[in-house]
Amino acid sequence: MSDAAVDCAGVWKFYGDYPALRNITFQVPPGRCLALIGRNGAGKTTLLRILAGFSKPGKGQARIFGHEPRDTETRRRIGFIGHGIAVYDELSALENLRLFARLYRLPEPERAAREWLERTGLERVRDGLVREFSRGMRQRLAVARAFLHGPSVLLLDEPFTALDDRAVAVLQRVLRDALAAGCTVIMSTHQLREAMELATDVVLINRGRIAFHGERTEEMVSDPGWVYSRYGES
Amino acid sequence: MRFLRQVMVVTAKDLRAEMRTKEAINASFAFALVVLLLLSFAFDPTEETTRDISGGLLWIVFTFAGTLVLNRSFARELPNDCLDALIAAPVPGAALFLGKGLANFVLILAVELVALPVFGIFYNVRWTRQFWPLMLVLVLGTWGLTSIGTVFSALTVNIRLREVMLPLLVYPVLIPMLLGAMRLSALLVAGQEVTGDETVWFKLLFGFDIIFTSLSLVLMDTVLLG
Repeated sequence: MSDAAVDCAGVWKFYGDYPALRNITFQVPPGRCLALIGRNGAGKTTLLRILAGFSKPGKGQARIFGHEPRDTETRRRIGFIGHGIAVYDELSALENLRLFARLYRLPEPERAAREWLERTGLERVRDGLVREFSRGMRQRLAVARAFLHGPSVLLLDEPFTALDDRAVAVLQRVLRDALAAGCTVIMSTHQLREAMELATDVVLINRGRIAFHGERTEEMVSDPGWVYSRYGES
Repeated sequence: MRFLRQVMVVTAKDLRAEMRTKEAINASFAFALVVLLLLSFAFDPTEETTRDISGGLLWIVFTFAGTLVLNRSFARELPNDCLDALIAAPVPGAALFLGKGLANFVLILAVELVALPVFGIFYNVRWTRQFWPLMLVLVLGTWGLTSIGTVFSALTVNIRLREVMLPLLVYPVLIPMLLGAMRLSALLVAGQEVTGDETVWFKLLFGFDIIFTSLSLVLMDTVLLG
């Protein structure tokens, strides 16, 4: 069994006859942060959804700490932020976090929910319904929901897109804390500058294929578009 | 114990969300009351006619009104991609099915318990003479409707015409349950006891519920993830 936190071995995904992912193979050791970059439609979201257990690969296998992502115990170790905020408009911020804390069977759901409301600056509006929240507040609540159960692997699909500056600051802070605590992060993004600051490794996907996989270098930080210009499609 | 706790968490979440918006329950109540009212004017039935049609009338109203609740069950998870968060959580599909099923059951039963007295008034029927057996039929029939409706609600959640597809898929499967529930309800509303050969309809309702609940518990993970 591999020691990798995330292990993708020969993953293919087909939509009809069209291969959205073609033989994707990589490993992410624990505590690393992988930036998954590529143009729209390259297959980043498809790959993250397979890793999160929302869909199955057509061929190959995806493993989280050596287990199927759909295993109940594996799901406890995964945190996911997708395109939607994945919180209920009809519930309050506190009710939303308490709900997920209970679903993840945290020992003290109330305490965990309040702690994350405080960490994301939402304590003051904890009893307000989410439908009355501003966009930035909703995004911070989404971050709290994904981090609430202390996941070991974070799968983030374009987490910085459309965030306000406060939400970006909150996300960067909690991501740094999570990485410092040994959490493994995979994030797909078009915000290369933010991604390169956090990433330890980079994967570029072109039309479902890995075009580049390697460690992040200083070159990439100073010129975030470097990988695209060297390995991307013209 | 953990499983039951997760079931109750999902049930409480759905009921709380529904009580805040009242989308499904209001539509369902209104539909049941309007149909009962319209049919009472349309047919102006005599006492004898009412005795004959009461079972069919009630269960057609309950089934159609119930579908409005069932349609919202998984559709409620679509805004903000909440379904992803629910699937990502370490909750077995069976717990999700039971949690949502129980919430639907409570809502549909509430609609039925309001519709029954209204039926009694509009059709001038004393429906309480076999009260407890009638409640048993209501509970068994409603659970049958709920168990199948909840699974098909999950199955059709990503279909654009789900409001149309759900009844098309659910009603044919419900036919055995509806036959039993209609026959028993007609007898009980008329104040007759269920004896002899008629008890087979109770067995059918029990069997239907057990079979489809078991199937739903087993199949829910596959339905949600393919």
